[in-house]
Amino acid sequence: MTETVTETETETTATEKTETATETATVSFPQDRTCPYHPPTGYPSTSRGQRSVSRVRLFDGRTVWLVTGHAEARALLVDPRLSSDRENPAFPFFARRLAATTQRRVELLGLDDPEHNVQRRMLIPSFTVRRAAALRPGIQEVVDRLLDAMVAQGPPAELVEAFALPVPSMVICALLGVPYTDHEFFEAQSRKLLRGPAGSDVEAARDALSAYFRVLIERKRRDPGEGLLDELIAKQLETGAVDLEELVRLAQILLVAGHETTANMISLGTLTLLQHPDQLARMRDGGDGVPAAVEELLRFLSIADGLSRVAVEDIEVGGVTLRAGDGVLLSTAVINRDEAAYPSPDELDLGRGARNHVAFGFGIHQCLGQNLARAELEIALPALFARLPGLRLAVPAEEVPFKPGDTVQGLIELPVTW
Amino acid sequence: MRIDIDRDVCIGAGQCALAAPKVFTQDDDGLSELLAEAEPGPMVGEAARACPVQAISIS
Repeated sequence: MTETVTETETETTATEKTETATETATVSFPQDRTCPYHPPTGYPSTSRGQRSVSRVRLFDGRTVWLVTGHAEARALLVDPRLSSDRENPAFPFFARRLAATTQRRVELLGLDDPEHNVQRRMLIPSFTVRRAAALRPGIQEVVDRLLDAMVAQGPPAELVEAFALPVPSMVICALLGVPYTDHEFFEAQSRKLLRGPAGSDVEAARDALSAYFRVLIERKRRDPGEGLLDELIAKQLETGAVDLEELVRLAQILLVAGHETTANMISLGTLTLLQHPDQLARMRDGGDGVPAAVEELLRFLSIADGLSRVAVEDIEVGGVTLRAGDGVLLSTAVINRDEAAYPSPDELDLGRGARNHVAFGFGIHQCLGQNLARAELEIALPALFARLPGLRLAVPAEEVPFKPGDTVQGLIELPVTW
Repeated sequence: MRIDIDRDVCIGAGQCALAAPKVFTQDDDGLSELLAEAEPGPMVGEAARACPVQAISIS
């Protein structure tokens, strides 16, 4: 029996009976980007007149909903009838390696309220707008030191290793109180955790990071430092509010989320600006304001593409009914290119004042570190282009290797010269 | 203009303080609060729209 059903047939089926996610979908998810800074061309897009909620097929043949409309996404992401609980047997995993893991519990981002709220509230004092502002001088110092080293070394350079990764890695280490001297270890584990390729790689990376944090936390209990981890040990672990294993898993999430995502934004943001010289000139000129430019890059690149949820009750949205037990994915990259929210959405326009994008998500799980990420991007990108005014690609743009569609989007390497 | 913040719902994302820094701030727990000398303006609506958990209501 063939799985191929044309778009027209699918539409007909939809009008003839009640549409469910179990019907066969023709579009697969995830897909690789063909250009590292545009969403995959094969995803449905409301800007091309397609539906804002449609069906896609996962690696294992399961059909789930894909949300691509901006208004629909904002409504769904605040809806408690959508769950983030990875332990729900119906939770949709969009890669085999993620579905294959035996330890399904994910702290913070994989929990629903009220459990989620307890963890979130432990952490938010460290990630406020004010705390991010207070970290700016330290971020500037890290950025300047890395750029000094690049200048001293001379061109060419591989920008991911020389700049994009160490900036957020050093910043999150300082914030958490994790020794940066261990960065090669945790960056390698983090790569395996996010990209596998096999489920066993993900589990091995998780085990290695857990073992690492058990030792680090034990050491910090005897000899406390000044990081967030030290604070969590004193206020949450020693009081019994969290147990050791919960803290170990939370620390992993903070460390991995704290450096991988921002590193991808720096590398991909740099490539995108180099490929849009008119916009780069606007950033150098500073007229639109650096924060506005960064918001537009966040919208345009949407590197954390593919938020996953499971419906726990029936929900009407975008003309369809999501049934309890249906998997629901949200493509932030396509949602942030919805013409109804952003005119000429496929154009990079640093002056557009891109508000209300969902690059950091929306709802109770909106990125905890977003204010820190903004501070890092607002410092790192202008400093890079100011310090290396002749910065350019050292290889043709088509040869810059980028990440596959089933993980956080970004560049694997960015060979540059100046 | 009356601005209400539901602090039970607030997740401390700080989007209100970012959108309307002359009206909103975050307390020591990271939760949203109105500045004592708040100067409400058009950005209050932006702050309400930016709130990821719809904790801000304006009447």
